[in-house]
Amino acid sequence: MYDFTYQKPGSLADAVKVLSGDPEAKALAGGQTFIPVLKQRLNKPTTVVDLSKLGLSGITVSGDKITIGAMTRHADIAANADIKAKIPGLAHQASLIGDEAVRHRGTMGGSLANNDPAACYPSALLALGGTIKTDRRSIAADDFFQGMFTTALEQGEIITAIELPIPEKSAYEKFRNPASRYAIVGVFVAKFPSGVRLAITGAGQGGVFRHTEIENALSANFAPDAINGIVTPPDDLNSDIHASAEYRAHLVGVVSKRAVAKAT
Amino acid sequence: MGFEGIGASVRRKEDVRFLSGKGNYTDDINRPGQLYAVIKRSDRPHATINNIDVAAASSAPGVVRVFVGADMAAESIGGLPCGWQIHSKDGSPMAEPPHPVLAVGKVRHVGDPVAVVIAESKQAAKNAAELIDVDYTDLPAVANLTDAVAGGAVEVHDGVAGNLCYDWVIGDKAVVDGVFANAAHVVKLDLVNNRLIPNAMEPRVALGDFDTSSGDFTLYTTSQNPHVIRLLMGAFVLHIPENKLRVVAPDVGGGFGSKIYHYAEEAIVTWAAGKVRRPVKWTADRSESFMSDAHGRDHVSTAEMALDAEGHFLGLRITTLANMGAYLSTFAPAVPTYLYATLLAGVYKTPVIYCNVKAVFTNTVPVDAYRGAGRPEATFLLERLVDVIAHDTGIDRVELRRKNFIPADAFPYQTPVALQYDSGDYQTTLRVALANADWNGFEARRTAAKDRGKLRGIGISTYLEACGIAPSAVVGSLGARAGLYEVAEIRVHPTGSVTVFTGTHSHGQGHETTLAQLVVSQLGVPFDQVEVVHGDTAKIPFGMGTYGSRSLAVGGSAMVKAMDKVIAKGKKIAAHLMEAAVEDIEFKDNVFSVAGTDKSKTLTDISLAAYVPHNYPIEELEPGLDETAFYDPKNFTFPGGCHIAEIEIDPDTGVVEMVNFTAVDDVGRVVNPMIVEGQVQGGVAQGIGQALLESAIYDPSGQLLSGSFMDYTMPRANDIPNMSVATENTMCTHNPLGSKGCGEVGAIGSPPAVINAVVDALKDYGVRHLDMPATGAKLWSIIQAATPRMAAE
Repeated sequence: MYDFTYQKPGSLADAVKVLSGDPEAKALAGGQTFIPVLKQRLNKPTTVVDLSKLGLSGITVSGDKITIGAMTRHADIAANADIKAKIPGLAHQASLIGDEAVRHRGTMGGSLANNDPAACYPSALLALGGTIKTDRRSIAADDFFQGMFTTALEQGEIITAIELPIPEKSAYEKFRNPASRYAIVGVFVAKFPSGVRLAITGAGQGGVFRHTEIENALSANFAPDAINGIVTPPDDLNSDIHASAEYRAHLVGVVSKRAVAKAT
Repeated sequence: MGFEGIGASVRRKEDVRFLSGKGNYTDDINRPGQLYAVIKRSDRPHATINNIDVAAASSAPGVVRVFVGADMAAESIGGLPCGWQIHSKDGSPMAEPPHPVLAVGKVRHVGDPVAVVIAESKQAAKNAAELIDVDYTDLPAVANLTDAVAGGAVEVHDGVAGNLCYDWVIGDKAVVDGVFANAAHVVKLDLVNNRLIPNAMEPRVALGDFDTSSGDFTLYTTSQNPHVIRLLMGAFVLHIPENKLRVVAPDVGGGFGSKIYHYAEEAIVTWAAGKVRRPVKWTADRSESFMSDAHGRDHVSTAEMALDAEGHFLGLRITTLANMGAYLSTFAPAVPTYLYATLLAGVYKTPVIYCNVKAVFTNTVPVDAYRGAGRPEATFLLERLVDVIAHDTGIDRVELRRKNFIPADAFPYQTPVALQYDSGDYQTTLRVALANADWNGFEARRTAAKDRGKLRGIGISTYLEACGIAPSAVVGSLGARAGLYEVAEIRVHPTGSVTVFTGTHSHGQGHETTLAQLVVSQLGVPFDQVEVVHGDTAKIPFGMGTYGSRSLAVGGSAMVKAMDKVIAKGKKIAAHLMEAAVEDIEFKDNVFSVAGTDKSKTLTDISLAAYVPHNYPIEELEPGLDETAFYDPKNFTFPGGCHIAEIEIDPDTGVVEMVNFTAVDDVGRVVNPMIVEGQVQGGVAQGIGQALLESAIYDPSGQLLSGSFMDYTMPRANDIPNMSVATENTMCTHNPLGSKGCGEVGAIGSPPAVINAVVDALKDYGVRHLDMPATGAKLWSIIQAATPRMAAE
């Protein structure tokens, strides 16, 4: 990696200040994507701002929602009793990210801020209709993701927490890239009294997206067979050496059905 | 401490250090004043180098020197040599274009070394390498075989017409064509053997050291054969005599063939260390390994079998295109010829065989031997073809194999493709494998799987390979530019402990354990008093290293010969001490005794007398008990057996799950059953990787698309099923141990078993053949294409 200045501020205000004042400064959360990128010299930050001393970890339940600190590790989300009981799809999803070492370093806030089009968490946030809390505002999930590796975050804006409504049922089903084990198609389904939300990661050229046709069918009848006959056009889907857009389009249906079948 | 000799599953003594982080790998070695080399590599598949501007890099912080190809050329540094020469069918020698250590004039593949930065730190060297400005003019490139041999294709090397390295044949075409003309059936199959990237756990490392007082060079390197590297680099590249060049290959973390070859980086760091008069280390990044380690396989073939009305094989006719990559790696030309085409009889009594191999240059990383080397390609072709014959003729695939097997009483058996098999019993390995895999119970399992919505298939491969490489005179006549004997020195110390110096090299195989067990059995020395030393040209007589499953069959045989010499000398010393005739001395279990008496001396008594020769036949016998033997094998060895794979396909996704895998191999004498089982498991894992997951993919322009673990699918533990591994052994008849070798059988026998199982699972979809890897995406496409047709029927 290239040389950079390293800072580990003790307050959110200080971190925001450094990151806002320098467009070439980068925030370091768990580093499980960022550090490999640095090692491959694909990014050349002036300053790396380590967010680990800002007190942003932790999981709390209040009423009908769960709030997860941005620096909470995947392993802690996967093991958390409240999340396992109330949003089992999220606990399961966290348990599928990377490997054991990655899950003990990587953070939910870091993953969401990066918005990798094949990452898992964007599908949970979008399907659950969660809210991103930052140092300065709240951003609804539907407004947060703005295309691959692009979010609504402003220069220097730091995610502090993720607020997730507790659904009646949830599940995540992941069809892995055989090499990287990222999602080729990952489906998060969440059933609320108001209806079903279903988000797909890994497949879309623009990153995570909601599949409204499937959502409507499931809102009417929350059963795998309700998805039968829904054809996903391949036009806006990714195509690479592992999976064509047509294959991904087909998998959207298969994986969605499996997610619904698993939802508890 | 129970029995620890031949046949005991002794725990691997080397694992204590490997598993506790105490291994001594090349990158663990650091020399005082060490510098770091970073190589600037071509990002172009094919381009003319107009100019290399190193000014900015040379003056960058921490940089000691920057070298380019012209700097080496100015000192008459040679190109990287090729160790095998093949002749084309017209008698002309293969095209052998120069392989400069650092590119001169042109770059010919992504990853081709262009310049090297030597700096105080790796970081400084990397920074400077980015400042090297190479002015290229891009040239059209060819990445795949069919493009490279098409008319009008760009020449990878000027003057190598049609990119043809050689056009080689084995067998009599007219005779074989005649057989085909009169055959009842002819079955034809086109197939591809997919290109693989070895990916040893330890990336390659090279550390060159130069002693400014003596002028001696030392190269520490991740090699399977340090003496071969010393010979090739010293004699052909850097012109350093053997007495001034030491090559050390310490603990090496996996090779699979890819660490046999003499690589540019070894020459670069050794030469540069002399220039800057300080040690220079290069350590590959993983992404660098993808574009600089020799790749494996990459064949395109057409195979045809002529049959009589009953399904007996009458003749085999094959044409193969083999990818050499951009340059000839050390043993590349041998792989698709003498390691491939000579295997095409397999376990079958096919009377006539003709094979034509065209080796082809492309703008890709050089291709060379990779676990199995030519034999997996031959086995995949043959075992797929046999299944396709069964498919086309309706003859049961097991019955078809049985009726064409070379019978157990036919050995020695001369094949029509040069090899003479010494032993084997293919009916037995087949019978046991069918039983172990519950072949007869499969249809019930298929039905049960169908009820769960899965497509279940079973596949079989009855294979053979030639290893224990190799009789020197034979391979010499076939083009090898080296002998392939092996050496062992047995040093009995004064108090009776033993150090073994072997010319083989262990890079994960467990030689320190297996070879020690030979000493336990032959000399009766306790296991913990035997040490095995390998991997250092300063310590060991000139040996040839480890590849081609040769360490036990060839290296172990050298040990047996050396221990025979120890015993013979010991008997003379014992005869003197016990005042008996040499002919009356017997040796067993560490004890020399006089036949018919109770007089005896232990090996320790004898070794002590040998090193403290106070009462000693000094007029007739030298002191000491230290013997060396060189062993040149009389023939190859021929392990074989039967592999059975059972798989399930999820028709909704196309994804294959390995359900069962059964291996019954004939590897000759087994020294350590646990290590053999591990070797077979590892080989099968690599075979499953090739069959289902792995593929090196170049785009048509020559860019490597599968250039990292993000895109190159290595098998993981959960891709590999629990395996049933067994042996049914016949002894090798021509070496003293009877051992045949087990390092490659798994990777050779398993890929066709897996693909045969996949094709079997898809038989209702009209699938006759599919190429590796059988990925979910590929199978889903096949199922999709077949489904409307099936619905219409």
